[in-house]
Amino acid sequence: MTTQSITARPIVKRPRVPRNLRNGFNASVVTLITLGILGIFLSPFLYMLFTSLKSPEQMTQQGSPIYPARPATFEYQGEILDVYKVPLPDGSTKELAMLKPGRQQSTFVDPQNPNAEPIIWQGAWRSLERPWTWSPTWSNFTDVWEKINFPRLMLNTTFYAIMTEIGTLISCTLVAYGFSRFRYRGRDILFIVMISTIFLPATVTLIPTYTFFVQIKWVGTWLPLIVPAFFANAYDVFLLRQYFMILPRELDEAAMIDGAGPLRVLWSVILPQSIPALMAITVFHIVWAWNDFFGPLIYLSTKPELQPISVALSQFNGIYGTKPTLIQAGALMAMIAPLILFALAQRFFVQGIVITGVEK
Amino acid sequence: MFEELSNFKLRIPGKGRNLTGGERREARYGLSFISLWIVGFLAFTLIPVIATLIFTFVDLKITDGILNPLKFVGLQNYETLFKDSQVWNSLGVTLKFGLFALPVAILFPLLLALLMNSKSLKASTLFRSLFYLPVIIPFVAAVFLWGGMLNPENGWINQALAAMGVAQASLPRWVNDTTWVYPSYVIMGIWGVGNAMLILMSGLQGVPTELYDAAKVDGAGWWATFTNITLPMISPVIFYNLTLTIVELFQYFLVPLVVNHGTGEPGGATLFFNLVLYKTFFTYQSMSYGATMAWLLFVVILIVTIVLFATARYWVYYASESNR
Repeated sequence: MTTQSITARPIVKRPRVPRNLRNGFNASVVTLITLGILGIFLSPFLYMLFTSLKSPEQMTQQGSPIYPARPATFEYQGEILDVYKVPLPDGSTKELAMLKPGRQQSTFVDPQNPNAEPIIWQGAWRSLERPWTWSPTWSNFTDVWEKINFPRLMLNTTFYAIMTEIGTLISCTLVAYGFSRFRYRGRDILFIVMISTIFLPATVTLIPTYTFFVQIKWVGTWLPLIVPAFFANAYDVFLLRQYFMILPRELDEAAMIDGAGPLRVLWSVILPQSIPALMAITVFHIVWAWNDFFGPLIYLSTKPELQPISVALSQFNGIYGTKPTLIQAGALMAMIAPLILFALAQRFFVQGIVITGVEK
Repeated sequence: MFEELSNFKLRIPGKGRNLTGGERREARYGLSFISLWIVGFLAFTLIPVIATLIFTFVDLKITDGILNPLKFVGLQNYETLFKDSQVWNSLGVTLKFGLFALPVAILFPLLLALLMNSKSLKASTLFRSLFYLPVIIPFVAAVFLWGGMLNPENGWINQALAAMGVAQASLPRWVNDTTWVYPSYVIMGIWGVGNAMLILMSGLQGVPTELYDAAKVDGAGWWATFTNITLPMISPVIFYNLTLTIVELFQYFLVPLVVNHGTGEPGGATLFFNLVLYKTFFTYQSMSYGATMAWLLFVVILIVTIVLFATARYWVYYASESNR
């Protein structure tokens, strides 16, 4: 890349604004725009939170606020009265509790001053708007908990994540070690073949693989989902190999002179230096397993008692699709575990991508 | 990663002479370490790909035993395939949606990465994490969140449009409307921006600062610097994202499967190729025909990928290549 191709521009005289002032202005504008984009980008989370706390009635009520709320009421002498926004003769509007509705005139009490004389208001009370008060409906979550056997789903998903995690870590470490620290014929071709599988459409292997698992009676068990994880995958091998390549070889050689075999070198020299890469793979994999939908969908469709949360959630939607409050509560419960993981380990997510990206 | 693929040069240690004992031992160790992957590759990739091809020439039901003699039917499956208007319509649906979704899938992460990389942005680490965040959300849950946001009656998007003065009657019906269902899917897909954004960011950070300094000396403006330095330097990363996105878009069907329950509603607009394939295989259990469809998709993707790689040398720039 040369810089000759850049066309020189006449230098435009800018009005003299102190440099730090201009930079500060740019910084606030850019940051504010980004904040705006982020707000829209993440707004579905707020939608989920609010909807999961709404009462089913509020979902269908016209003019209800976007936050969980119910129409305001006021307790007056042991009676629950509805509160309305009442326009008063002096032009102001006051929130009053309706004591006695009437066609032409209604009687209200002032919640702020309940002991005063009731107010007689002329007009049709049905035209009045009602004020809303913040009122979260927590029972949506307990409803979901009871309807989908949530603890069972968490257990299934965790089991799936841990088993495939073990397989991935062991197999990818060994394979990445074999690709990074030894020289032999065909190694580079095999590595290219492995990378190419990232671009291979999964559809083309689906039918024989599924059929094979049907034949050996593995469909309806965890095995077709867990066993392949023990045979390494291209992404994680690539990431680990990139990391192993930048580790200095002197330590390996010193250990080998001391009589350590290849497995010993891997275990006590390479792995202790590779904690960031291993952590990156671990967190990526947990999230992947937690979110995996298609594999469990096809292999466990007949076994609800084995299904992980993602499949159960989609079936839950099939049954309760008309109840958005329950759907959003379920979605929130399904994402709590990955959210906690992300909050605790987010630097490892970023690190993992940097390892694959920087050393192309 | 693409550098590996395009700058691949065959190096065979000890070529043309006999291997020494040490080299032979090293080869044995190396091969045994990667043997796990070789077995997995044969069992879960190579043999299934070949089996898919064989299935296209036979008449097979999933209930047939594995050891039953295969019933060859020649090119019959292909004849049916070429006459099957549903297959070609679904390929059309996939292409149409792909052309619609691809620019967003490539440009939005690039814009975000540029923004995250901007010197003027405060707290960029926090922003980066928050833009990445939706990637870790279960796919099904994310689809439900956006499904709610896009609900024509009480979704926030239509409420916002109404608040901005859009008439109630002309509010989009989103996933229930043939015109708006693709934009809905694209909006849902925007949440997957995180990985591409991070890869592009690390690409941007890898551009040597000397180049920017030189451009400044030459008096290059922002746009000239971007098109002459930034874009060429990150073109390998863009190429990687482009190829992966295209392969993914050809296989797109999980969102329509969950959102529109795989019915093809509204009006057949969501009968994606892989959805038809999925139903052919799992619902109608027609293995051979499913395999023929899968093979068609594979060939189409292969051709597109080969064309992409062939054009790559005209627009993808590899720094290390010119240094050699």
